[in-house]
Amino acid sequence: MNSFSYIRAADPAEAVSQLAQQSNGKFVAGGTNLFDLMKENIEQPPYVIDINRLDLARIEPLPQGGLRLGALVTNADTAWNELVEQNYPLLSKAILAGASPQLRNMATNGGNPLQRTRCYYFYDHATPCNKREPGTGCSALNGFNRIHAILGTSEHCIATHPSDMCVALRALGARVNIKGVNGERTIDFADLHRLPGDAPHLDNNLEHGDLITSIDLPEKQFKTNVAYLKLRDRQSYAFALVSVAVALEMNGDQILEARVALGGVAHKPWRDEAAEEQLKGQPATADHFKAFADTVLSGAIGYGHNTFKIELAKRAIVRALTTAAAQSVEEPSSQPLV
Amino acid sequence: MNTKYTGQSASRVDGPLKVTGKAKYAAEFAADGLLYGYVLNSNIASGEILSIDTTAAMGIKGVISVFTHENVEDLTWFNIKYKDMDSTAGTPFRPLGSNKILFSMQPIGLVVAESFEIARLAASLIEISYKEYPHVTNLQGELDHSKEAPMGKIGYVQPKSRGNAEKAYRKAEYKIQGEYVHAAEHHNPLEMLATTAIWEEEGKITLYDKTQGVSNVQMYISNVFGLKMENVRVVSPFVGGAFGIGLRPKYNVFLATLASLELRRNIRLVLTRQQMFSFGHRPGSVQRIAMSADLNGKLTSIQHAAFGETSTYEDYTEIVANWSGTMYNCENVKLKYELVKLNVATPTDMRAPGAVTSAHAFESAIDEMAYAIKMDPLEFRRINYAEEDQVEKKPYSSKELRACYDQGAAKFGWENRPLEPQSMREGNQLVGWGMANGAWDALMMPAKAQAILSADGKLILSSGTSDIGTGTYTIMTQIGAETLGLGLDDVTFQLGDTHMPMAPLEGGSWTAASVGSAVKAVCEEVKTKLFEMASKLKDTPFKRAKIKDFAVDHGHISLLSNPSARLSIVDVMRLSGVNSILETAMSGPDPKAKKTHSFNSHAAVFAEVKVDADLGTVVVTRVVCAVAAGKILNPKTAGSQILGSVVWGISKALEEESVLDNEFGRFMNHSLAEYHVAVNKDINEIDVIFVEEHDDLVNPLGIKGVGEIGIVAVAPAIANAVFHATGVRVRNLPITMDKVLQIAEEDKNQEEVPLLK
Repeated sequence: MNSFSYIRAADPAEAVSQLAQQSNGKFVAGGTNLFDLMKENIEQPPYVIDINRLDLARIEPLPQGGLRLGALVTNADTAWNELVEQNYPLLSKAILAGASPQLRNMATNGGNPLQRTRCYYFYDHATPCNKREPGTGCSALNGFNRIHAILGTSEHCIATHPSDMCVALRALGARVNIKGVNGERTIDFADLHRLPGDAPHLDNNLEHGDLITSIDLPEKQFKTNVAYLKLRDRQSYAFALVSVAVALEMNGDQILEARVALGGVAHKPWRDEAAEEQLKGQPATADHFKAFADTVLSGAIGYGHNTFKIELAKRAIVRALTTAAAQSVEEPSSQPLV
Repeated sequence: MNTKYTGQSASRVDGPLKVTGKAKYAAEFAADGLLYGYVLNSNIASGEILSIDTTAAMGIKGVISVFTHENVEDLTWFNIKYKDMDSTAGTPFRPLGSNKILFSMQPIGLVVAESFEIARLAASLIEISYKEYPHVTNLQGELDHSKEAPMGKIGYVQPKSRGNAEKAYRKAEYKIQGEYVHAAEHHNPLEMLATTAIWEEEGKITLYDKTQGVSNVQMYISNVFGLKMENVRVVSPFVGGAFGIGLRPKYNVFLATLASLELRRNIRLVLTRQQMFSFGHRPGSVQRIAMSADLNGKLTSIQHAAFGETSTYEDYTEIVANWSGTMYNCENVKLKYELVKLNVATPTDMRAPGAVTSAHAFESAIDEMAYAIKMDPLEFRRINYAEEDQVEKKPYSSKELRACYDQGAAKFGWENRPLEPQSMREGNQLVGWGMANGAWDALMMPAKAQAILSADGKLILSSGTSDIGTGTYTIMTQIGAETLGLGLDDVTFQLGDTHMPMAPLEGGSWTAASVGSAVKAVCEEVKTKLFEMASKLKDTPFKRAKIKDFAVDHGHISLLSNPSARLSIVDVMRLSGVNSILETAMSGPDPKAKKTHSFNSHAAVFAEVKVDADLGTVVVTRVVCAVAAGKILNPKTAGSQILGSVVWGISKALEEESVLDNEFGRFMNHSLAEYHVAVNKDINEIDVIFVEEHDDLVNPLGIKGVGEIGIVAVAPAIANAVFHATGVRVRNLPITMDKVLQIAEEDKNQEEVPLLK
């Protein structure tokens, strides 16, 4: 771990201007990922700007409908927030499927989307990694890639984005409010993260100095027909091999609108809006779900150890859609089985 | 106050110290002017270091020294004995001994600095250039280069074959064969390996070390560094889990000693979680089993070939295939155990080494055999039940495995089990029931203990053993208090110091029997002293009483013939004018009994799994573990041992795997985020049963250790339950969803398993 200078910012404007001055600086909020990365020498920021005192820790309804999630609200407080639980239960489920209570108590809404991949090779200086050291190569491509991506990959990187929360935000169509050097702007959550392409060292489209100030949930709520299914190698405290966030709008047995986002399969939360059109107006049957899953995974590529994810993702999509359509809001694998 | 303690549950006497943080672990001992070490590990698996540039590291403020092979080679006391009490055949690893790289993550440097953070930063600035040699780390790809395992490790014997298994197999109508695989596993105790080295004076050092044997560390350090034994004191009062990783001295204690002696300073060296993957582990194995039976359920042949990994420099051996020759009646048995040399660190003992490996394969195969003749797997085991040790042709000192079957099956509800796989379902969940049984050694080693009874009636017992969380402190206190008729509060047991009488390594499940017998023996001697003193007291009913006439209870002595004639132990000492009684005693196994009997503990494990029919996820919903292990000294601490074993068994069956990237020859999931061990949510109902087992031969206490027997048969019970639920045999641990669904890459080009060589 390098020595670093610690600066505490008083307000968002000061935070942004301070970071803009330090080309390799980093914001820190919960620190649940950054400090690990610093201890492992993956990140070596000479300046760490503490944003915890910023006034961004509120959850409040938006005047035009929707809900604003402050960037500094913890993941735990978000998941257990009454308005989130009532109106956006998918988000609560996704957050609570991730990490551990201790981590959720520290991690923030602004930090969660910016957590970095859990690729083994990214974390190990003994092995090449384009994300850690551009141009050195991707060790996972022909290595142990059980946890790696099957969609949207490139020859330069097959890392996944590890968040659960982001999968729900992607399904719900959230928007991200950003304060940057050149003022404020809002982008679709879909445009926050990148695919690896030939620049896998970039996880997202934020520019240096950009500060996520809040995340807006849209007016459109999915209160009932939702499911978050997370498949992993143990029952808790493991990253998703495949996760599926489903939000349905139903009229009886008919699907009016379907939102399906996948986690654990790509460099960003994966969603296929065109395929979702396929489900519109259809009855909620296994056949339709299977056809939809085949479409979503049609471009998937397996790299050996992770090839099973293609079939697993299809099955997970069918199960999550079935669960959501049946208005059973419990994720099957988390039901007590005794 | 009841002074009959053994056989009764007692809470851990060291519990309050642990929960209040007063129990000090190796890295918690304070010292003046303490320096901190950080180890640098190699990036490659095989080759040599061409150059190692420490200039930048030394330039960091607060860095005191950097040790590498370049500046350590000059130290004259270097080329001495590196063997320790748990060494294997071969040449022990010598940290910083040369520029040769033998395995990935090999320690190649030690930075000593004024803080841990400075040392870590400096280590990251060391520039190394390597010359890489080709490396081999893929066990399954190297089976053609296996060789017979040599003798050399204490306790290892080669497996013995009998009859003609191949012929019987050829002729048999009902037969099965399969190949069973599990990857390497790392111990990962909660507490990292750590040493605090205190420089006392020239040639004299005190080491607070995380170890399962202070004497072993003392011997190793004094041999390696040429120090007098009495000038090396090793102290280890508390160990935060070890499971075998603390048996052999590791490079942390070597490097801390090296730096402390060289710098004449006090050093603390704590390894990181990542570095806990840089040495011994449970070796990965490939096992091929072929078996035949007749329609009556009689086993007619067993063939078991086991292949284990070892390093290029040592031959780590464990007892694997041997178990398959002892468990059941069978006339034709062919067993083989071979090693494959890989560019990895030498494997090391991990909880029930060998037995747990063997049982996974063999007890799965037994289940497959039972299914081949459509027989209930428990019934099949009963039919082939071995009354005697089938290899040694000796009776067991005790073997209540049938009681384990009966009580375990009754508790589990086994009698309601439909034989056919896939016959129980709850919604999306396929339900399966499986069972397996296992055995472990009931050993006893020579051990010494000391007792000091003071005038206030307080007893201090000591022995240089270890308590790795098993309850040693507690059961020794119970044995001592009971033998001398004292209250538990009157007795203090001390351990983990080379100033104390010598005890064996804390392993093999032999500590309770070995140290317990020594504690009992030394307390008997104190008692004899007390009785002798009492028989000399004038004007008391005890005058001229014989030793055999006395009894003790509740802090008093009395006469068997006249229980109302009582005198407190404090008064006996006061009236005799004695301030304290000090005794030392040694105990050891009875060599005669070993000639006539075999000593094993046994267990039967029953498991229920629920498997998602579409998603392949496996949850172990119930486990019953019935154990026959002689007299149980403390059902509470012993029960915890079995619970912990079952938890680990679930973890092993479903999650644990140290994944080698063969391109880099390196374990890649070297963190607790990616090396999965069971979490709370993975664990459901677990029932532990201790069946009654009387054994007058095994040792004076009639006990068998319980540290390992509980884990032996858990993984196969779960694998068998998964088969019962799904009809799918997953022979490769861990049992992950892709294997259950048979959508893993390897399932797509699955070939017939090759026959035994």
